[in-house]
Amino acid sequence: MINRLTDSLDFQAQALTLRSERQRIIAGNIANADTPGFVAREMDFASALREATGATAGAGTMAGASVTSPAHIPLTLQSAGALALKYSAPAQTNLDSNTVDMDRERASFVDNSVKYEATLRFINTNVRQMLDAMKSASQG
Amino acid sequence: MSLLKIFDISGSAISSQSQRLNVVASNLANVDTVAGPDGKQYKAREVTFQTVMMATGDGAPAAGVKVSKISEDQAPGRKVHDPSNPSADADGYVTYSNVNAVDEMVNMISASRSYQNNIEVMNTAKNLLMKTLQMGQG
Repeated sequence: MINRLTDSLDFQAQALTLRSERQRIIAGNIANADTPGFVAREMDFASALREATGATAGAGTMAGASVTSPAHIPLTLQSAGALALKYSAPAQTNLDSNTVDMDRERASFVDNSVKYEATLRFINTNVRQMLDAMKSASQG
Repeated sequence: MSLLKIFDISGSAISSQSQRLNVVASNLANVDTVAGPDGKQYKAREVTFQTVMMATGDGAPAAGVKVSKISEDQAPGRKVHDPSNPSADADGYVTYSNVNAVDEMVNMISASRSYQNNIEVMNTAKNLLMKTLQMGQG
């Protein structure tokens, strides 16, 4: 029963972890906008989240490391961000072979921070709903 | 916590960009100097950035920046015919520094834009962190 209460919270928590990983990756790209030879990294968020939550639903393990025996130690979500890292294709070539596209990075950054806040709001609403459900009718 | 690492990443970037701005400032200041610190013409300096991988504890890389080297432009200095100048050579030419003011202005704008970008990244990370701290209270 308590599992059911926290399952959706677990999912949102993993989404939040991945969002903050992605935020860090984009921050690294923006920091290296003027570094010669730097190759921009990007995370395929949808597949990263699917991998993080899909293997064993809501159990906090990451994909490619599914637990098939009770003796296995499940890998946690900690390094899930590293798992899904890809290289973003350069939109324009650059003389110093830097592939950071600032417009795209800025857009991704804003996109990611808005979605991070959305996930936070989901969590807050979830918590409030649970608290409401626990109240007795007399408490209002 | 990945968001906390953003302060290290963007912090390294703004310190590198301010170093670049510093170099631009000394280049622009010396645009009309005849002699540099070694008695020869002042040579324009330029910074080169390099990525530094920072340890994050969970194995995922974080890409910061540092200034790997400051190189001097070896192009010959600007020569102006001015025989009355005390620093003129035998043919009456004065050799000024090889600083190109237009290049430096472009460099300055680029550095200041990058600086602003990284400040904004840090502000966003701070806002997100503050909201995360209030999780469950709203």
